[in-house]
Amino acid sequence: MAIEDGNLGKADYLGTRVKVNLSLLDEVKVGDLVIIHAGFAISRLDEAEAQETLSLLREIAAASKDESSS
Amino acid sequence: MRDFISRYIVPNFNNSILSELLDASHLPGGLAFTTDSYVVDPIFFPGGDIGTLSVNGTVNDLVVSGARPEFISLALIIEEGLAWDDLERILASISRAATEAGVKIVTGDTKVVRRGQADKIYINTSGVGRIIARPNLEAVAPGDNLIVTGPLGEHSLAILTARGEFGFEASVKSDCAPLTFLLPLWQREVRWMRDITRGGLATILCELAEKLPYSILIEEKKIPLSPPVQAVSEFLGIDPLYLACEGRAAILAPASRSEEILAYLQAHPLGREAAIIGQIEDRIGRAGELLLRTKTGGLRLLEPLTTELLPRIC
Amino acid sequence: MEEYRQEEIASALIRLIRKKREALGRPVRLMEVCGTHTMTVYRYGLKPLLEEAGVDLLAGPGCPVCITPDDYHEIIIDLLTRRPKTIVATFGDMTRVPTAKGSLQTAVPAPSSRLKIIYSPAEALDLAQENPDCEVIFFGAGFETTIPSIAFTVKEARARGLKNFSLLAACWLIPPPLRAILESGEVAIDGFLYPGHVSTIIGSQPYRFIAEEFKIPGAITGFEPNDILLGINSVLDQMLAARPEVAIEYRRVVSARGNPRALALMAEVFEVKDAFWRGLGLIPQSGLGLKKEYHEFDTLKRFSLDLSPSEKSFNPGCRCGQVLRGLLRPPECPLYGRLCRPESPYGPCMVSYEGACLIHFKYGQRWS
Repeated sequence: MAIEDGNLGKADYLGTRVKVNLSLLDEVKVGDLVIIHAGFAISRLDEAEAQETLSLLREIAAASKDESSS
Repeated sequence: MRDFISRYIVPNFNNSILSELLDASHLPGGLAFTTDSYVVDPIFFPGGDIGTLSVNGTVNDLVVSGARPEFISLALIIEEGLAWDDLERILASISRAATEAGVKIVTGDTKVVRRGQADKIYINTSGVGRIIARPNLEAVAPGDNLIVTGPLGEHSLAILTARGEFGFEASVKSDCAPLTFLLPLWQREVRWMRDITRGGLATILCELAEKLPYSILIEEKKIPLSPPVQAVSEFLGIDPLYLACEGRAAILAPASRSEEILAYLQAHPLGREAAIIGQIEDRIGRAGELLLRTKTGGLRLLEPLTTELLPRIC
Repeated sequence: MEEYRQEEIASALIRLIRKKREALGRPVRLMEVCGTHTMTVYRYGLKPLLEEAGVDLLAGPGCPVCITPDDYHEIIIDLLTRRPKTIVATFGDMTRVPTAKGSLQTAVPAPSSRLKIIYSPAEALDLAQENPDCEVIFFGAGFETTIPSIAFTVKEARARGLKNFSLLAACWLIPPPLRAILESGEVAIDGFLYPGHVSTIIGSQPYRFIAEEFKIPGAITGFEPNDILLGINSVLDQMLAARPEVAIEYRRVVSARGNPRALALMAEVFEVKDAFWRGLGLIPQSGLGLKKEYHEFDTLKRFSLDLSPSEKSFNPGCRCGQVLRGLLRPPECPLYGRLCRPESPYGPCMVSYEGACLIHFKYGQRWS
């Protein structure tokens, strides 16, 4: 989650705020999720892909449970 | 540090009281005696200052050794040029902390050294208390529970934030506090207590494990951590199990008493987030080992801290 | 979010891994390139679980502090100890690497000079701006994850007209050493776990040669424990189907084309050159140097210094090079745990937070 201020932003992680440089990404908006490395945002988080991965993980756990109970 | 103590201190002053190496020594006649010096940098931080630390640190060493703290000595070494306002603030903190902990400052000393020969102010406090119980490691048995009285690492984080080195803002206050509210627990069959200071929970539990013919297993997911500590530990790659606190204790109690002790702790403002985090084991690992079951279900051995994570934290 | 670490999911993934590995009929050895992957695997106790499932993970050369030759450090130490009014800025681990001239941390600075540990390249610029009467030397080490920020910093230095700022670049590219390791044929590797964050910058294209030329599968993997397990699953799938490729198992953050803006910034400021790596020797087109237009910010040019690392190694007996090539596991090094310990490191693998030896020491002691 980033809150903007010029080319420098403030990102929030679990309630702690960190200064972050946004020059490596285009058009970061407030509310975007970013990966930060050495004080720079290097990538945005793609929500749709994240959801897909989470579903996949949950599916795997569910399938495994079915298998062990059958 | 342990190496230093065993190689240089103990052999030079060998006597049966010192060699027990408790946080506070039990003297013949029913008194316990302890001392500590405080060189924290910076001297003021969110949630406290070097004054509050100097009282609570010594009080807590007495409490976890089974003694009711009563009297404190206060020695100040002040660098010439320390602002009067700062000194007054610190003295006021000491006074407040002493009242809160129920102890009296009964003797002391002040020295002023030339500019550059000390860093603002160093404090030494010694404490005397009346023994009400003795830690009893002989009675430890598999299944005994380990309880922590609150979230870990907040003091360390407060210091880091006050040093302003990392460019983050965290709203966290030091957990610096007196542990006198734990004294009644000695009447509830508690086997052992330690305050979680330098080296963090992992180091003090390693030291406990070394004294036992069993292993200790703790569960990562049960360890209380506040969001700021979680966030900053992840950013900086620091393991919160090694972060110092100044007002949290680890308690070892029989399984039959754990729920009752937990209820007591959670009813107190300083113990709201107390949790049972592990137990003594005789079926996993070897005697003397401290094991962590990670969030992902893996098992890992924990070692005591060998290098300084953060200097001048207390 | 918890799903990335949840035990239930991890166990399910490990069960899948075991099944697939058994279907292959032999033990599997994968190289995980990035120090942060090594750390996660150890820290979450995954290593023993994976070994039980027949998957052996080998640490690779993805530790910038570990692969930077001593010559770089020695140049910086000389500058710090001999030049007054000099501020050396660098990342924490770099200061503790032991060399023939000691470490940066223990070096005694010249009058009014100092060492400053920074966490972001941008801080070096602030230092230069706040200390106009000092020379600020930024010893910048890193892979493609960090290089764009270093490039940005140099560009900013120009934009701000700073005359007291220079960079000693210890910038390394991840794909070339992988080629070198495969071409040497020293270690048998069945598959790779590619670094997640380097890949946000370079995308998946630079690894394709591993799948196409060497026919070895790989997956770009994230850093949470379950991300790593997903990556391993993907590599095993590729092995079972005999279809090696560069799978992206960190899609929420990595795209096939990487980060074009970051790549453009890198290309603007740096040019690729041959570079000498600790342990791996000279690797063609594997390092970066400042382009001619930016030579005013190059520490080597500014102070007329020569940097030519070679095979000579200062610590006799140090085997970091072999660890970085995957030939030796940390406990197999005769110095490990004895002469070389975290409090008294003999080589950089025991210094860096991403060093295989330090990670093994801190997190890998086997419980019984």
